Amino acid sequence: MSFFSYAWDWITSSANWHGSGSIPQQLVAHLGYSGLPLLIAALIGIPAGIAIGHTGRGAVVVVNVANAWRSIPTLGFLILLATLIGFSFITWLLPLVVLAVPPILVNVYEGVAGVDPGVKDAAKGVGMTGWQQVTRVEVPIALPLILVGLRTSAIFVVATATIAAYIGLGGLGRYIIDGLASDQYGPVAGGALLVVLLAVLVLAFFALLSRLVVPAGLRGQRKAE
Amino acid sequence: MMWSWIPSNGAMIWQLTRENAYLGVIPALIGLVISLPLGIIAARWRWFYPPVLTVINVIYAVPSLALFIALIPAFGLTDTTVIIALTTFSLCVIVPNVVAGLRAVPAPVRQAATAMGYGPLRRLITIELPLAAPVIIAGLRVGVVSSISMASLGQLIGVSSLGYLFIDGLQRSFPTEIYVGLVLVIALALICDLILVLVRRALTPWQPGRDRRRVVAKVPVPVAVRP
Repeated sequence: MSFFSYAWDWITSSANWHGSGSIPQQLVAHLGYSGLPLLIAALIGIPAGIAIGHTGRGAVVVVNVANAWRSIPTLGFLILLATLIGFSFITWLLPLVVLAVPPILVNVYEGVAGVDPGVKDAAKGVGMTGWQQVTRVEVPIALPLILVGLRTSAIFVVATATIAAYIGLGGLGRYIIDGLASDQYGPVAGGALLVVLLAVLVLAFFALLSRLVVPAGLRGQRKAE
Repeated sequence: MMWSWIPSNGAMIWQLTRENAYLGVIPALIGLVISLPLGIIAARWRWFYPPVLTVINVIYAVPSLALFIALIPAFGLTDTTVIIALTTFSLCVIVPNVVAGLRAVPAPVRQAATAMGYGPLRRLITIELPLAAPVIIAGLRVGVVSSISMASLGQLIGVSSLGYLFIDGLQRSFPTEIYVGLVLVIALALICDLILVLVRRALTPWQPGRDRRRVVAKVPVPVAVRP
C-alpha cells in the first residue's frame, strides 16, 4: 500500500472524527499552536524590520541572523527547553516564536530597505514627515515581501508545531509521534497528510491575501524570495 | 553540563557527526546536480519557470517530517528516505538561484561572446555559468545548511544522526547530551557554509571579497529645480 492509501484509509475512518483527540479537535489545536507564535513573531518582527530597514541601523545583525537561523535544529531546541524547564506553555511557545521571527524580520527589512531611493526622495520632497514616509510609501511598497516573510514563518511554524508533539504538544503532530511510537503507520501517514494539507492551505491563504492587500500599482511585479 | 561525558562517548559522537554530515551534504550535492539542468532550462525558456516556481513553493511548504513519512512505504526507515526528502528541499532552494544567476548575466556579455563566435553551449559553460556561480553557490549554501539541520530530524523515523543526542538526552533528562548535539549540528552547518564560501572565492577570483551583500548604487539626490 502506498502512503496515500494508508493516509486516506485513516483519515476517512469515522472513529477518528469523534471524541477526544479527534481530527477536527487536533486541527483546531494545531491552528492555535501555530497562530499564536506567528502573531507574536509578527508583532516583534514587523516593527523591528521596518525600523532597521528605514534607518539602516542594525542591518548587519539582520543578515547574520538570517544565515544562522537555518542551521538551528528545531527538534534540539525544543528538547533542550523541555529538559531544562519541563513541559509548559513556555517550552513550546518560546522556540516557535524565536524561530518564526527571523524570516519575518529579514523580509520586512529587505522590503523596506529595498525601496527605490528615488521614491523615498520623492516622498520627502512632497513634504511627508518621517512617519508618513514609512506608513504611506515604504510599507505599502514593501508589502509583497512582508507577506513572503509572514508566509515563510507561517509554514515554518505549522511544520515545527508538528515536531513539538515530540515534547508533548497537542495538534496534528500527536498522530505522527504517537503512531511512530506504537509502530502504526496509519495515523502517521494520516497525520502527515493533514499537516501537508494545512501547509498548502496556508500557502493558498497568503496567495489570496497578497492579491487582496498589495497595492494595485505593485501587482505583477516580480517578488524576490 | 557534565564535561566528562564528552570524551567518554567520543566515538559515538564522532560516528553520529559523520552520519549527520553525510545525510546533509549528499542531498545538497545531488540537489545541485539536478538543479543545474532544470535551472538552465527554466532560464532559457521563460514560460517553463512560473509553473516550476509554483511546484517549488508547494513542495517547500511540505514539512520535512511529513515528507520522510510519505517516503517510508517506498524506501523504508533508511538513509535513502532522508536523502531523497532533503534532496527535494535542496532543489527548491537551488533552482531559483540558478535561474536568477543566469538571468543576471548582462546581455552585452552574452552578445560579446556570440560575436566572438561562441556557440550556445560553449557560451553557457565558459561564460554564463561561471558568472552565475556566486548566486548558484549562495543557493547551495542555504541547501546544505538546512539539510544538515533537518537531517537531525531523521532520528524521529529511526535514521541515525545527531538527532539521536536530542532524543536520548530527553529520555535520560540529560542536558549535556542535548547541548553537544545542538552545538555539533550548528558547527557542522557553519563549517560546510564556510567551505562553500571558500569554494566560491576560489572559483570567482574576479569577485571582491565581500560576500552576497549587493552594493546598492548611491543615486544622486536630484537637485530641486525652481520654476
